[in-house]
Amino acid sequence: MHTDFEIEDRGLQYVGSSRIEGPLVVVEKVLDAGYDEIVEIIDPTGHSRLGRVLDVSETQAVVQVLEGTTGLSNKAMRTRFLGESFRLPVSHEMLGRVFDGLGRPADGGPPALCADRNDVNGMPINPYARRYPREFIQTGLSAIDGMNALVRGQKLPIFSGNGLPHDRVSAQIVRQARLLEEEVQFSIVFAAMGVKHDVAEFFIRNFRDSGALARAVMFFSLADAPSVERLLTPRVALTLAEHLAFDCGQHVLVLLTDMTNYCESLREVGTARGEIPGRKGYPGYLYSDLASIYERAGRIEGSPGSITQMAILTMPADDISHPVPDLTGYITEGQVVLDRDLFQRGVYPPIAGLPSLSRLMKDGVGEGYTREDHPILASQLFACYAYVKRVRGLADVIGEEELSTLDKQYLRFGEAFETRFLNQGEYENRSIEETLELGWEVLSTLPRDELHRVSDSLLNKYYRESEEGMVCVPAGGASG
Amino acid sequence: MTTSEKTVKPVVTRISGPIVTAVGMHEAQMYEVVQVGDLGLVGEVVRLIGDRATIQVYEDTTMVKPGAPVLRTGAPLSVWLGPGLIGNIYDGIQRPLPGIQARSGAWIRRGEKVDSLDKERLWTFEPDARVGETVSAGQAIGHVVETPLVNHLVMTPPDIEGILRSIVGKGEYGLLDTLAVVETSAGPREVTMLQRWPVREPRPILERLRITEPLITGQRIIDTFFPIGKGGAAAIPGGFGTGKTITQHQLAKWSDADIIVFIGCGERGNEMTEVLREFPELKDPRSGRPLMERTILIANTSNMPVAAREVSIYTGITLAEYYRDMGLSVAVFADSTSRWAEALRELAARLEEMPAEEGFPASLPTRLAQFYERGGAVTTLAGKQASVSIVGAVSPPGGDFSEPVTQHTRRFIRCFWALDTELANARHYPSIHWLHSYSEYVEDVGHWWKKEAPNWTELRTQALTILQKEERLQQIVKLVGPDVLPDSQRLILFIAEIMKDGFLAQSAFDENDMYCTPEKQVALLRTMLALHDRGHELIQKGVPLYRIRSLECVPKILRAKAAFGNKELEKMAELDKMVNEEMDALAKEYIKEADLICTPISK
Ligand SMILES: Nc1ncnc2c1ncn2[C@@H]1O[C@H](COP(=O)(O)OP(=O)(O)OP(=O)(O)O)[C@@H](O)[C@H]1O
Ligand SMILES: [Mg+2]
Repeated sequence: MHTDFEIEDRGLQYVGSSRIEGPLVVVEKVLDAGYDEIVEIIDPTGHSRLGRVLDVSETQAVVQVLEGTTGLSNKAMRTRFLGESFRLPVSHEMLGRVFDGLGRPADGGPPALCADRNDVNGMPINPYARRYPREFIQTGLSAIDGMNALVRGQKLPIFSGNGLPHDRVSAQIVRQARLLEEEVQFSIVFAAMGVKHDVAEFFIRNFRDSGALARAVMFFSLADAPSVERLLTPRVALTLAEHLAFDCGQHVLVLLTDMTNYCESLREVGTARGEIPGRKGYPGYLYSDLASIYERAGRIEGSPGSITQMAILTMPADDISHPVPDLTGYITEGQVVLDRDLFQRGVYPPIAGLPSLSRLMKDGVGEGYTREDHPILASQLFACYAYVKRVRGLADVIGEEELSTLDKQYLRFGEAFETRFLNQGEYENRSIEETLELGWEVLSTLPRDELHRVSDSLLNKYYRESEEGMVCVPAGGASG
Repeated sequence: MTTSEKTVKPVVTRISGPIVTAVGMHEAQMYEVVQVGDLGLVGEVVRLIGDRATIQVYEDTTMVKPGAPVLRTGAPLSVWLGPGLIGNIYDGIQRPLPGIQARSGAWIRRGEKVDSLDKERLWTFEPDARVGETVSAGQAIGHVVETPLVNHLVMTPPDIEGILRSIVGKGEYGLLDTLAVVETSAGPREVTMLQRWPVREPRPILERLRITEPLITGQRIIDTFFPIGKGGAAAIPGGFGTGKTITQHQLAKWSDADIIVFIGCGERGNEMTEVLREFPELKDPRSGRPLMERTILIANTSNMPVAAREVSIYTGITLAEYYRDMGLSVAVFADSTSRWAEALRELAARLEEMPAEEGFPASLPTRLAQFYERGGAVTTLAGKQASVSIVGAVSPPGGDFSEPVTQHTRRFIRCFWALDTELANARHYPSIHWLHSYSEYVEDVGHWWKKEAPNWTELRTQALTILQKEERLQQIVKLVGPDVLPDSQRLILFIAEIMKDGFLAQSAFDENDMYCTPEKQVALLRTMLALHDRGHELIQKGVPLYRIRSLECVPKILRAKAAFGNKELEKMAELDKMVNEEMDALAKEYIKEADLICTPISK
């Protein structure tokens, strides 16, 4: 065994290691090392990298090297245990700056002046201390505001696929997000994990053009950075977000992209440790691990601030049952799903009508929040659009001409819904009233009797009797 | 015992996440509670080899080091049982979350120790037993009014019986005050309001009973089609966003149980907050009192330590058993048992146990069985009839029911409410699929329902048959369109649509619709089946389906669930009248036509 130690003024320093494998280094005969303690590793060239302790016993410590093990050698490496878990210096002066994936300045500027250094793992929010999120955020996108409304303090991810415009959609949301009553601007915390430089550039440009750059903090662990570093990046970003929200009282919008890359890094470490793999090779604790990230959103009683979280993930092979989107969906408060078919038909934003869901919508819309008809309009649009999908299936088999008059009307409604309601410009910012009016407009292409979910009084108020809508339809297989 | 063993103080030797190894533990017992490190993190011994113990720690172990002290408590993990549980919210190891907040603010700091019940608070105790009386184990010696809805019986613990030597008079007492002394065969024992009970051990009962009474939930698809009995066990599996939590919330709100225990096990923080915010404002439809006055919450959310998630289920069920022992009917909701099973898996992996299916420990089925077996209709030690019903949510990966947790759970429950992603996507809620779900309690509770409607069984069967027929017809429709079907079959499609929209779908957020009394359930179903039966007659007589579809009563039937309140059954009667009148008119019209055609031939 090569391990030995020498006393230095900055604590114990160990020379050598017994094993290096993937992102892991095993250091023998360590004294006084703690679980999850942060470790400084000095490679043979004298450069230092950070690591953390994954497992520690009387005889050895298993250290995960966050910045890659390339160039390390069992003999020449030195390690020092830094006596605490990973902490991020936090300050609101970090707004407007760019940092690397571990929170070190990456814009050439000096480290920010910070009074607090917070543990990046955070602590669980006491459910008793949470305040239930209720304030409707108008994103200006009808597909979201009308059907899957976002509220302040919600965690609502975007499930996307390779090549789909999730970056454009999320940039548009960041650009347009506002509250109906209050004039507050969101601070933006942006964490990029394993994405390419041009994606980072895209967001920087977008934030600059919309004047948001001064209110944005960015953490980049890009595709060329060591993959294990990504495991800390979202935690680093959320640690700052928590400081801004709950210590400084700001409303923070956190963008995390791309969580699939994060999960791959987690898988890599799990494999290196020889853990029993779960589905698709991801570790069995993927759910708990993701929850420790996603649950760091919301509102707290007595604090004016909030964290609204939007994680972006690409579904491998567009498969929503893949472990990453699947487990994410089990934790977040809904999901916005992008649809390749809509995208190929030129609909922007290509937000899938049916699989998208906002679970907190029910508490943030309707009378006193947006407008009385909002919940029922959304529900009726969903129901009718679901029927459109069935009719389209049928039309594929028997041909459109063979459809009943009513079913043909449904097809026309589906068309209007996609091209008029969902579809909008990348710089088109619709008010919630515009969205709702548009909703009634497309719904009114259907006969009034088909709208079972809407009460008569609301129909009287909002349904638009048109030539088309009045057509009385006889027989048909099924109703909406 | 050698001297060297004696001198070794218990210390930590290894830390791997929530699993810690310690030496110097030769006297430790299995499942004993220990405190680890300087912060005194709570843990439980889960394996003993020689003087080495493996400890599962219920709090985050960051910066715990080898050499850290371990303190033994000598007792297994137990909960406190007594007045003050109702309306409270606890973490997985029964630490009250309000108490933790008072000490460490909005975040749960490690090492906080707060009593599960308030020892200072005084309760008005009224004795119900007299000196000299023989008291049996579990017998009530008095009571306190815990909340306006809960008359909390102060019982002798299951291991105390004998002659009542003394008992205090009516007055204000604290949790630890001696209320009575019982002369047992092993000497005098004091009885207080507080009992402690190890969570992994079921509380004793006299005997199990057959289930005869339904747990009325106010949810139409459940009560009418897939009922659960009081003391029964049900599983509610479904992919993400299909409605497990909302359905369980609905049941927790409206079920006619006396006590509700809701275990948020590895799920979202906001969902617990929502219950905390809503339940005090919602009124129990039977008593008119706030629902929180009968509810206990256990919240071990997904970001809280995974070991405490494992134990939260047992904590919850033990509290339930305690109220059952008072002769009450208790309903336990666990959201989600899959997260609990995953905690088992994670801990087993850290313990380097041999995995069975999909990484789950081989003991998974046994553990599931043990949990569900703690439910049931029983005679308590004190001879009362009581029950614990269990509803467990299951979150199968990818929504695929063939995975181990769903499959094994099926073996231990008798009621299966299968949530369907397609229905949820179409916003048909609750998305319980009428063809994939089942209940084995139908026969058991049929007797109760006959009081409501003598032909309940027939109504239910007829309705299910229509839904089944519809499914088959839809296969044909998918291939060739509906036009090839004769009107008599298209009537089935039509009625099935009405039943789906007007009966099976039930909004959790609509004032009138969220809770539906058994009377209204029967009334709605009757009307829809009448529409079917009379419609069928008319079609036989040559009336085309589109005439029936366009009757004015049809949209009224579809909206009746939300348009009429539970107390407005007379409006349902009016609706029935309207159906009949419109049908009669239609019949007349066609019989006339038929007569016209027939006349020349017959005369
Ligand atoms: N009975 C209902 N009435 C109206 N809406 C419902 C109903 N049931 C479910 N929903 C809708 O479905 C959404 C998802 O439901 P829920 O949160 O219960 O899903 P879940 O199965 O618990 O998901 P997860 O496994 O991710 O926790 C709700 O936010 C609500 O919008
Ligand atoms: Mg849920």
